[in-house]
Amino acid sequence: MGPEMSAHVLASGDVPTLAEVLDTLLLRAGFNTGLVVVGTTLLGLAAGVVGVFVTLRKRALVTDALAHATLPGIAIAFLIAGGLGLAGRTLPLLLAGAAVSAILGVVCIGLILRHSRLREDAAIGIVLSVFFGAGVVALSWIQANAATGSAGLATFIYGQAATIRPSDLVVLAGLAIVAVLAAILFLKEFALVCFDESFARVLGWRVGAIDLAMTTLVVLVVVAGLQAVGVILVVSMLIVPAVAARFWTDRFGTMTIVAGMVGAVSGYLGSVLSALLPRQPAGAVIVLAAGAVLLASLLFAPSRGVLARAWRRLSLDLRIAGDHLLEVAHERGVGALPAAQIDRIAREHAWSVRVRRMLPLSLRRRGLAEGGGGGGLSITAAGRDRGARVARNHVLWAEYLVRHADVAPNHVDWSVDQVEHVLSEEIVRELEAALAERGGAPVESTS
Amino acid sequence: MLAVIEFDVGLDLFPMLAATLAAVVCGLLGNFLLLQRQALMGDAIGHSVLPGLVIAFLLAGTRSPLAMFVGAAVAGMATVLLVELVKRFGRVEPGAAMGVVFSVMFALGVLLIEQAAARQVDLDADCVLYGQLETLVWFGAPENLDGLLRWSTLTAVPRQVLVLASMLLAAGIFTILLFKELRLSAFDPGFATSQGFAARGLGLALMVLVAAATVASFEAVGSILVIAMLVCPAATARLLTDRLASQILVSVAVAVATGVVGYLAATAVPAFFGRDSVNAAGSMTLVAGGLVALAIVASPNHGVVTQVLRRRRLAARVATDDLLAALHRAAEQGLDRLACERLTKMLPKRSISGAVDRAIRSGLVERKRGVVRLTATGRIAAAAIVDRHRSWERYLVEEAGFAPDHVHDPAERLEHLSGTTPDR
Repeated sequence: MGPEMSAHVLASGDVPTLAEVLDTLLLRAGFNTGLVVVGTTLLGLAAGVVGVFVTLRKRALVTDALAHATLPGIAIAFLIAGGLGLAGRTLPLLLAGAAVSAILGVVCIGLILRHSRLREDAAIGIVLSVFFGAGVVALSWIQANAATGSAGLATFIYGQAATIRPSDLVVLAGLAIVAVLAAILFLKEFALVCFDESFARVLGWRVGAIDLAMTTLVVLVVVAGLQAVGVILVVSMLIVPAVAARFWTDRFGTMTIVAGMVGAVSGYLGSVLSALLPRQPAGAVIVLAAGAVLLASLLFAPSRGVLARAWRRLSLDLRIAGDHLLEVAHERGVGALPAAQIDRIAREHAWSVRVRRMLPLSLRRRGLAEGGGGGGLSITAAGRDRGARVARNHVLWAEYLVRHADVAPNHVDWSVDQVEHVLSEEIVRELEAALAERGGAPVESTS
Repeated sequence: MLAVIEFDVGLDLFPMLAATLAAVVCGLLGNFLLLQRQALMGDAIGHSVLPGLVIAFLLAGTRSPLAMFVGAAVAGMATVLLVELVKRFGRVEPGAAMGVVFSVMFALGVLLIEQAAARQVDLDADCVLYGQLETLVWFGAPENLDGLLRWSTLTAVPRQVLVLASMLLAAGIFTILLFKELRLSAFDPGFATSQGFAARGLGLALMVLVAAATVASFEAVGSILVIAMLVCPAATARLLTDRLASQILVSVAVAVATGVVGYLAATAVPAFFGRDSVNAAGSMTLVAGGLVALAIVASPNHGVVTQVLRRRRLAARVATDDLLAALHRAAEQGLDRLACERLTKMLPKRSISGAVDRAIRSGLVERKRGVVRLTATGRIAAAAIVDRHRSWERYLVEEAGFAPDHVHDPAERLEHLSGTTPDR
């Protein structure tokens, strides 16, 4: 690549103006663009809702194979349409072909599993690659040999949202309505089959029929998404929103709503972005929009997110380390700990560098200590109180484990250090009472 | 049919060689993925290394295998990390975690490729899928075999073929040197680890090799063939044999056959119908799938046909046994012959006439005017069956604690295990 080529790149990268951005966002940027945006939003909604069932039913990769298996159906339907003298790109016929070969692919997976000793992963891999390969052969046959009108067929592989037409919009809207209605009507049935198939069977539900309904929805969404997103990426419109939603909730209904919203938003944003920026294939942008939501969920979700977990872990570490420190101070009867001594305790308890560095701040914030001179800490009244309580819990547990839980005495300290920070005050009171009743434990006076 | 096979050294030699080498490399490594139930790893790697390849290509500006491999390795590691995070934090099944990560990575790759294509770089989304076998055409190839057997031929070998050949060498050495370790960790990773074999490290090395094979194959044959070849030949071989060493050999043979036949068929089959050739990678995938289907149906040990035949043979033997036993029991009650109509009341109707015919052919019974009776040999065989039945009944009551009125049906099943009677 020469320098003049890079210059060319910069020149060709049109940056859209604010007005253009607003127009596209508000569906005012021309009829066709609006159509595409509405269409992919509806598709995203339907795919997000149906994807929840796919993901929870552990069918994500089967669905990938199903989507790949549509390709030969499209090509063969094209050839049949040509043979019947219809215009080659008769969309309903192509999509019907796609649906038939998708179902055939799923049936093949079932047959391989039943009649051979190959396992599910191999069965999925075989069907996915062989069906797709068959589709590629058929497409290349058509491109090399068939008459006109074949040019658009290859767009089914990566999708081309711009090919959405008004009549397709009706189909997509209908599909979204069906998916949402099915999710509302059969939420209970779908949830039970997803979570506990055998229990559903025991209750006398027709699991096969419910499964068939779910598969039908999946096939409908996949086939509807082929045009916009393509054979390879349509599966991610189904599963990415569902997995993203899984980070935010543990409830099936909520997850369905969140996944539907994530799907709709990514469909909307993806098509808007691809309309605004040059050379952005809508399918990939939609999937990446959903992927961005997934990444954000992975990082920032309140209880499942990576950051939330790291924070919880750190606060637990800090609380335990602080308790150790206060306990040591209590046992030695000192009101202040110089930095060197804290360092020694840190080494003994193998605190991480981060915990050692953050501990003074954490203790000060919780009002348990105040900054002493030279990096040391002076323990406040609240800190002394807490140290005494930790020391008392420590002794209580030690005694309890030795007397009643058959722990060999030389193992006691280890287990004590593990558990003492988990004790709630309630348990401590219970323990105290129980030990006192059985002949009195050496409960240290705390204040 | 053979008449339509045209092999032009210049046009076909290196493309076919590249495709076959790729098929063999992937087929070889696929054996271990299959046994570890990671057959879809090829699918995941094939999709997710794409952004790495494109970024490496954009940064390095060349298709140097090293740059591509580094890019792919970085993308692969990012994928593994993300899958692990999504699986652990999102509490979804491994399949969904893998699926979301590799499809999003692939979308990123497609987007980047479109950007690269905007820079008029010679890389596009289609070549990712189908490869570019046509770029391996050898201009000025010699006309005859003598021309081929010269040192100068070596210098004409395209880079892609050389990369694939060294990849095959590496995979072959890996398999041969670490065969014992690979076998152990494929079948029982826990035990392998406990014996100090570092199954995890071995699995990682395997993944690196798979990724390297993917990258090496990408340029020439595209991802479809890679994904198919990582599963199909190994699956075919798995259906044909029960030993790992022979499975590997069979899978390599299958891969070679797939590469050669698939490549030639891509031209020959359409030519037979008077049409232009089709995509070679796709055609090889179809051949690979056809071989799997053939193995499923016709494998000598595990095939559907064998299973059906075996079941039929068993059913026939059981029906004959039942016929003899019925005749024997009738004889014990003083009836030394039975009319066919009475037999149909005593035994399942569907099996009876075939059983009578077979028994007549083996000289166990004879039939005269619709009445069946045991021959001398038949009487001995029938007595043995009923004896077996009764000793099983006695065993079940006396040793296995069955209630006396519940032993007939289980004994009915056990009596057909020929040659086995409970010790008295």
